[in-house]
Amino acid sequence: MNFAESIFARKFLIAESDLERYLAAALSTAGDYADVYIEHVTSTALSIDGSIVKTATQGMSLGAGVRVVSGERTGYAHSDSLAPESVLKAARIAARIAHGPSLVTKTGFEEVQKPDLYSMLAAPAESALDKRVELIKRADAAARASDPRVTDVHVVYADNLRQVLVATSEGRLSCDRQPLTRISVTALARGMDGAVGEGRAGGGGRVALDFFQTDKTPEYFGGEAARQALVQISAGEAPVGEMTVVLGSGWPGILIHEAVGHGLEADFNRKTLSAFTGRIGERVASPLCTIVDDGTIPNGRGSLNVDDEGTPTRRNVLIENGILCGYLQDKLSGALMRARLTGNGRRENYQFAPVPRMTNTFLLAGGSDPDEIVRGVGRGLYCARFGGGQVDITNGNFAFTATECYLIEAGRLTRPVRWATLIGNGPESLKHVSMVGHDLRLDEGVGVCRKDGQNIPIGVGMPTTRIDNVTVGGVAQ
Amino acid sequence: MSELERLARQGVLLALDQGATNAECTIAEGEQLSLRVRMHALEQIEEAIRRGAGIRVLKGNRAGSATTNDMSAEGVSRMVGCALDLARIASEDPFAGLPGPGDLARCSDDLGIYSKDVTELNTEERVALARAAEEAALQLDPRMVGSEGATFGAYVGHHVFANSLEFCRSYRTTNCSLSVSAVARQNDGMQRDYYCSSSRSAAGLESPEDVGRAAAGRALRRLNPRRIVTQKAPVIFEPRAAGSLVGHLFNAVNGSNICRGMSFLGGRLGKKIASELLTLIDDSQIPGLLGTSPFDDEGVRGGRTIVIENGVLNSYLLNTYSARRLGLKTTGNAKRGLAGSACVGHGNLFITGPRPPAGHDSSGIAGFRQAATDEFPPSLPPGLPDSLLVTGLVGRGVNTTTGDYSQGAVGFWVENAEIAYPVSDIVISGKLQQMLMDIEWIGSDLAFRSSLASPTLLVGRMMVAGR
Repeated sequence: MNFAESIFARKFLIAESDLERYLAAALSTAGDYADVYIEHVTSTALSIDGSIVKTATQGMSLGAGVRVVSGERTGYAHSDSLAPESVLKAARIAARIAHGPSLVTKTGFEEVQKPDLYSMLAAPAESALDKRVELIKRADAAARASDPRVTDVHVVYADNLRQVLVATSEGRLSCDRQPLTRISVTALARGMDGAVGEGRAGGGGRVALDFFQTDKTPEYFGGEAARQALVQISAGEAPVGEMTVVLGSGWPGILIHEAVGHGLEADFNRKTLSAFTGRIGERVASPLCTIVDDGTIPNGRGSLNVDDEGTPTRRNVLIENGILCGYLQDKLSGALMRARLTGNGRRENYQFAPVPRMTNTFLLAGGSDPDEIVRGVGRGLYCARFGGGQVDITNGNFAFTATECYLIEAGRLTRPVRWATLIGNGPESLKHVSMVGHDLRLDEGVGVCRKDGQNIPIGVGMPTTRIDNVTVGGVAQ
Repeated sequence: MSELERLARQGVLLALDQGATNAECTIAEGEQLSLRVRMHALEQIEEAIRRGAGIRVLKGNRAGSATTNDMSAEGVSRMVGCALDLARIASEDPFAGLPGPGDLARCSDDLGIYSKDVTELNTEERVALARAAEEAALQLDPRMVGSEGATFGAYVGHHVFANSLEFCRSYRTTNCSLSVSAVARQNDGMQRDYYCSSSRSAAGLESPEDVGRAAAGRALRRLNPRRIVTQKAPVIFEPRAAGSLVGHLFNAVNGSNICRGMSFLGGRLGKKIASELLTLIDDSQIPGLLGTSPFDDEGVRGGRTIVIENGVLNSYLLNTYSARRLGLKTTGNAKRGLAGSACVGHGNLFITGPRPPAGHDSSGIAGFRQAATDEFPPSLPPGLPDSLLVTGLVGRGVNTTTGDYSQGAVGFWVENAEIAYPVSDIVISGKLQQMLMDIEWIGSDLAFRSSLASPTLLVGRMMVAGR
C-alpha cells in the first residue's frame, strides 16, 4: 500500500506538505534526525465464559508520535488528534531535547520499497461480527465436548487492524496495513480425586478469517486446550535438580527468545549492559545452533512489511553454527554503533518511541530424528509446551516454565509431570545443546513480548532439541 | 460539573436515548512526563497526554462496549452506536447489570491522592533529581561500572465515571517516581538491580541519594553468586519478593477467577487456608497511598476488606458481577480499562502479622511506613536455621488455578542467622496451599512502596533446586 492509497491520505486528508511541516518543526532546534509516526487502530475483542458470550468490545484509536534524536538523546511526544496544530505542538515538545539553530530540512519523500507479506481481500477486523462470534462458540463447544471432566472453558477472540505511516527526516515515507488476529482457549478439567488441570491453546497471525476454517479450526484449539488440561490432572511429581532436557518443536522456541534474543537487542549492547556485549565473532552456542530473527515470514504473527521506523524487515542471522554474528538494530542504536539496520525498530503504539525488538525468532533445523533424540536420554524431562519466560539480560540468567512435560526414563516418555520452571544462562546453556532435530516448527501465533512497558506480537520456533545440564525446579504434590 | 463529567453524562444519556436499558461511561485523561538520565547525560524525554472514553451498554441482560480516543461529540456518538450494535451479539447474562443504587459512592473525600507539587517541578529540577540519583549509585563503590539509567516520572490523571443511576463523579490523582537501574562488575561477572521510589507527591519521594544507593547496594550484593545444592530449606521472602506473593494471593481471591474455577481458594470461604500468623487486608481508603481511590470502576465506594484473618479465608475481592454470581455483596473492587465488563482489582492489598483482639488496633497497620529506605538485610527471625533469603524472582511459573509454584530465584544463603553469600541459578518450588500454611514468621517491616505490600515472610520449607 502506498501513501496515496492509505487511510491517512484518503480519509484524514494528510498531504506530504503536512508531513514536511511537522518534520521541520521537529528539527527546528538542530536535532540530527526526526520521524513522524501516525497510527490508526481498530480492534475487536469477544469472549465466552460459562458458554455465554460475555464481552463484546470494539475500540478505535488514532494518534501521531514525533521523535527527535540528537546524538544519544531522544525527545518524544505524541498527539491524540491529527489536527495540524496538535501534531505541530508534539513536534515542538519533542524538539526540546536538542539545542541549536533550525536546520534546512529535505523536501519531498521517496516511498520505501517493501514486500507484501500479509495480503488479503478483507482483514478479520473487516469481516462480519457474526462470523467471528461463531468461532468462539465453536471452540467452546469443542473443548466441552471432548471430555466430561472438562468443567470450565474460557475463549477469547481478538483482532485488530493497525494502519501506520512513518515519515522520516531522511525523506523516506512508508505506509502499511497490518492485520492481526488470534483465538485463545483456556480449559479446566477436574479429576475424581479433586486434581485440577489447566490447559491453554491458541493461534492466529497476520491472516484472514478463513485461516480458522482452512488451517487451524476453533475445534482444534478447543480440543487442544482440553487435552492439555486432562494431561495435567493425571500429572505427577516433577523432578528437581540438574538434568537433560528435551524441548519439543514449536512454542518451546521461547527459550531462544529469552536465552538469546533479548540479550542481542542492540540498545542493551550499545550501553554494554548485556551478557553478549562485545562478543561478536565468539562462540556462544554449540556448533549445532544457528539462530535467526526473521520478520519476513508470510502471515507470521511477528512479521512486518516495514518496522515501526519504516525500515523493511529482513531475515537476520544472529548466531551461525554457534558463533555470534550480530545484534538486532533500530535506527538510534544502528547509527551510534555504525551498524546496518535490521528492521527491528518496533513500538506498541503511537504513545511510545521505538526500541529494538524481535520479530519471529527461531533455531534452525538440524539433522537428528526427533524420536531418536528422546531415545538417547536415560533420565530427563521432555517439555512439549511452555508458558512464559523472563530473562535478566545483564547476567544472562533466564527462567521459563514448562506447562506440559513428561518424564523421560530409559529413552521413553513414561508419565506426565506438573508445571516446572527451567533456568539457565543465555551464553552458557546453548553450549550444552547436544542434538537438534529436523522438525523445525513455529509456534501457532499467540506470543506477546514485553519490554520497557511495551507489548508487541512476536513469533518463536525451534525443532526438537536436546540440552544437557539444565536446572529444573518441579512442583511436588 | 467539569467538561469531562458533562461528556461522560452525555455518553450515558445518548445510549439511553438510542435504546439502552442501562449504560456506564468512563473517561480517563492523563498527562505523563518521563525522562531518563544515563551515564550523567540526559538521554530521553517523553511527554504524553492520553485521553480516552469507553462505554458499556446493557440491552436488558445483554452487554456491549466500545472505546475511542476521539473525544468529539461525533466520536462519542459513534462509540455509543458501536456498543449498542455489539450488545446484539452478546448472550443473555442474568448476572449482568449495574451495582445497586445503595452501593454507589456518595461523596468524594479528600484521600490525599492528588498533590500539586508533582506538576510544579520544572524540567531542569527533574533532570537534576535523576542525575543525583544515578550519581549516588555510580559513586557508591568502584565496582559500579554502569547504569541503565535513572528515570524520573510524573503523572497527573483525571478519572471520570458516570452511569444511568445518575452517578457522575470524578477524581484526580498524581503519581511521581524516581528509579535507578545500576550495573556492578567484578572479575567477569556483571549484575544489575534497580530501586524505585513512588509516591503520590514529589515531597513523598525518597531522596535521590537514597534511591541511587539502594539500587547500587542491591547490584553490588549480587556480585559473585554461588550455586547451592538441591535441597529442602526454609525460605525468607524479603518485602519486595513477598510483594509478588501478595500478587499471587490477589489472583487467588479475585472474584472473577473464583467464578471461572481458576483459583485454588474456590469454595474455601470460612476455612483455614493459611498459618494463623497471616492476615491479608485490602483497603482502598488509606489516605495518600498508591492503591487508594474514592470509588471503584463501577462507582462503588471501596472500603476495608479483611480477606484473610489469622489464617481463615474471610472474603473474596468482588465486583458487582462476580458478587451476584456467587450470591455475595460487592466489596468495591471493580476494575476496568475504559470499557468492557469490569474485572476485579485491588486497592492497597497487604499482609500484616496476627491481628490483636478487636478494640486494640482497629487499623491493623499501626506503625507502617509509607516509604522507608531499602534495608539490608531485612529483619530476620530469632533462632533462624540455615535458610535461603530470596530477593528476586524470575519466571512465570505460578498457577493460581492449581497452586503450583515454581520460580527462578536469586538471593542469599543465610547461616547462623547471618548473610553468608549471594546465590543465583536456583528454582524454588512448592504449592501455594502449603506455602501459606507454612508461614512461620512475619516481620514488622511493612512499607507501602506499591499497592501490593508485605513485610518479610518466612516459609518453613520449600524445595530449592540447584546443582
